[in-house]
Amino acid sequence: MSLQAENTKGAAAGRPEGGGFADRFSMHTKRLVWVWTFLALPVLFYSVIRFYPTLDAFRLSLTDWNLMRPPKFIGFENYAKLFTDPDFWQVFKNTFAYLIFGTPISLVLSFTIAFFLDRVRFGHGLIRALYFMPFLTTAAAMAWVWRWFYQPAPIGVINDVLAALGLPQQPFLRSTTQALPSIMVTAIWAGLGFQIIIFMAGLRAIPTTFYEAARIDGLGEWAILRKITLPLLKPTTVFLVVLSSIGFLRIFDQVYNMTTNDPGGPLGTTKPLVLMIYQSAFSSYQMGYAAAQTVVLFLILLVISLLQLWILRDKS
Amino acid sequence: MTELRHEDAVSRYKPKVRPGRVLMWTLLFIGGLVMITPLLFMFSTSLKPASQVYDLRLIPQDPTFSNYVKVLTTTGFGRWFFNSLLVATIVTCSNVFFDSLVGYTLAKFRFRGRRFIFLAILSTLMIPTEMLVIPWYLMSANFGWLDSYWGIMFPGMMTGFGTFLMRQFFEGVPDDFMEAARIDGMNEFVIWWKIAMPLVAPALSALAIFTFLGNWTAFFWPLIVTTSSELYTLPVGLSSFAVEAAIQWEMIMTGAALATIPTLLVFLIFQRYIVRGVMLAGVKG
Repeated sequence: MSLQAENTKGAAAGRPEGGGFADRFSMHTKRLVWVWTFLALPVLFYSVIRFYPTLDAFRLSLTDWNLMRPPKFIGFENYAKLFTDPDFWQVFKNTFAYLIFGTPISLVLSFTIAFFLDRVRFGHGLIRALYFMPFLTTAAAMAWVWRWFYQPAPIGVINDVLAALGLPQQPFLRSTTQALPSIMVTAIWAGLGFQIIIFMAGLRAIPTTFYEAARIDGLGEWAILRKITLPLLKPTTVFLVVLSSIGFLRIFDQVYNMTTNDPGGPLGTTKPLVLMIYQSAFSSYQMGYAAAQTVVLFLILLVISLLQLWILRDKS
Repeated sequence: MTELRHEDAVSRYKPKVRPGRVLMWTLLFIGGLVMITPLLFMFSTSLKPASQVYDLRLIPQDPTFSNYVKVLTTTGFGRWFFNSLLVATIVTCSNVFFDSLVGYTLAKFRFRGRRFIFLAILSTLMIPTEMLVIPWYLMSANFGWLDSYWGIMFPGMMTGFGTFLMRQFFEGVPDDFMEAARIDGMNEFVIWWKIAMPLVAPALSALAIFTFLGNWTAFFWPLIVTTSSELYTLPVGLSSFAVEAAIQWEMIMTGAALATIPTLLVFLIFQRYIVRGVMLAGVKG
C-alpha cells in the first residue's frame, strides 16, 4: 500500500498546476477521507443512541424523577430503596427461577435433539423444520396461543386432554405455584429450535477423523460422547449458555402477554425484572427508580458476560 | 463445514433399516409434531367459526376465512401489519447498509482509531436494551419522536452485532479484488458496494434475516414508544386487541396467525438459506 501511495504522490507532483482538487492529496489522505466519510454517521449514531443513553441511565438512577418536576439528585437512595423493597426480592427470585430452570432444561433438551437429529438423513429437512418453526414466531402471539392452551376445561386444550385421560384439572396460569413454570415452558419451546440449529452446526464442525480414531481405539458411543463430542463442543455450549441465560434474565414478552389482566401475577409470582422496570417507569412514572433497576440488570448481565470470557480463556 | 458430515461417510456401509434407527426417527418425528402443535391449533382455530372453537378436532369441520375477513376489516390488524412490514423493512435495509459499511471499513482500512472504534462498537453488545429505553423515551419526548415511525425505528438502525458479524466476513475477503478495482480508478464507495458486498452475500442474507425477524417480532420498545393504535406494530396491536377480545379466542388466534404467517412463509421458501444463515451467525458470533 505504501508503495502505491508513493507512486500516486509522484504522479501528482509531476502534474502541471490546476489538477483536480482531489489530486492534491496523497492516496493515503484520500483513503482517510473515505474512512471518515464512511464512519461519520455511524460514529454519531453510536454516540447519541448508545453511549450517551448508557451514561444517562446511570445518572438517572441517582435521581428522583416522576417526569413532572425536574429530576432531583438523591445519590444512592434508589438503590437503598430497591434492596429493602420486598417486591424487588420477589422479582429477583422469579427472574433467577426462569434462569436457573430454563437454561439447563432448554440446553439438555436441545442438545439431545440435535445429537440424534444429526444422525437422521431420511426426512432430515422436514424434522428439522418442525423443531425450528416455533423460533420464527412472534413471542407476543405465541404467548396468547399458550395462554389459551392453559385455560380451564371447556376452553383450554391441555385441560381437555387431562379430562379425557381422567386426570385432575390443573389451574396453570391461575395458580401461584404453576404459573411461572407454565410461562417457562412457553419460553423454552420458543427458543428450542434456534439452540438445536446451533448445536447441529457445532456437531458438524467436529472433524470426522476424531471419531474414526476413537472407534479404532475401541471407544463405545457413551465414551465418545463424553471424551470427544462434549469437550469439543464446549465453545458452542458456552455460547448457548450465555445467550440462553441472557434471554431468560430479560424475559418479558411471554410474561406480559400471558398475564395481561394482572401483569406478573398471580400475586407477582411470575413477575421478572424487566416487567418491574416497565411498570416502575411507564405505569408509575418513577423514572429514577426504574433506571436503578436497569442498572442492576446491566450488572447481572455484565457478570455473566465476564464469566463467559473467563471460561473460554480457561480452555486455552 | 458441511463437508465434514461424519455420518454420511460412516453409515453408507451399514444396512439400511435398523430397529434402533427407526425408533429414534419415530421419537424425533413425534417430538417435532409436539413442537408445532401450538401452531397447528392456532391455524385450525383461526379457520373455525365462533361456534366451533371448543371443538378440538384439528381439521375444521367447515373451514372458513370469515375470521380473517372480520379481523382485517373491523380491527386495526391491516394497519398494524403494514406498520410492522414498513418498520422491519426499513430497519433491515439500514442495518444491511450501515453494518456492512462499518464492518468493511474496520476490516479493510488501516487508520488511527480503528481498534478503538471496533472495541467501542463491540462494547455496545454488553448494554441491555432495557437500560437504554428510559433515556430513549426521554430523548424521544424531547425531539417529538414519541408515537411516530421514526420513534419505533431509530434505536435499531445499526447494531453492534451486525457490524461485528460483517467485519468478521470482510476480514476473509482477499485485498486483491479491491486493489484491482482501485487501479481501475473506481472510488472507494463503488468498490465496497460493487466488489466487496457481492462477495459476502451469504453473510448479508443472514444479517437481513436476523434483523427482519427481530424487528417483526419486537415487542418491548414498540410497546413503550407507541400510544396511538394507528402506530402499533403487529405484536403490540395483537396484545392490545387480545385484551379487549379476551373471550373471542378464534379472533385472537386469527390475529396470532396473521403475525406468524409472513415469517413462516419466508421460512418455507428460503428454508435452506435461513438455516445456513443461523448456523453462520451462531458460529461466527
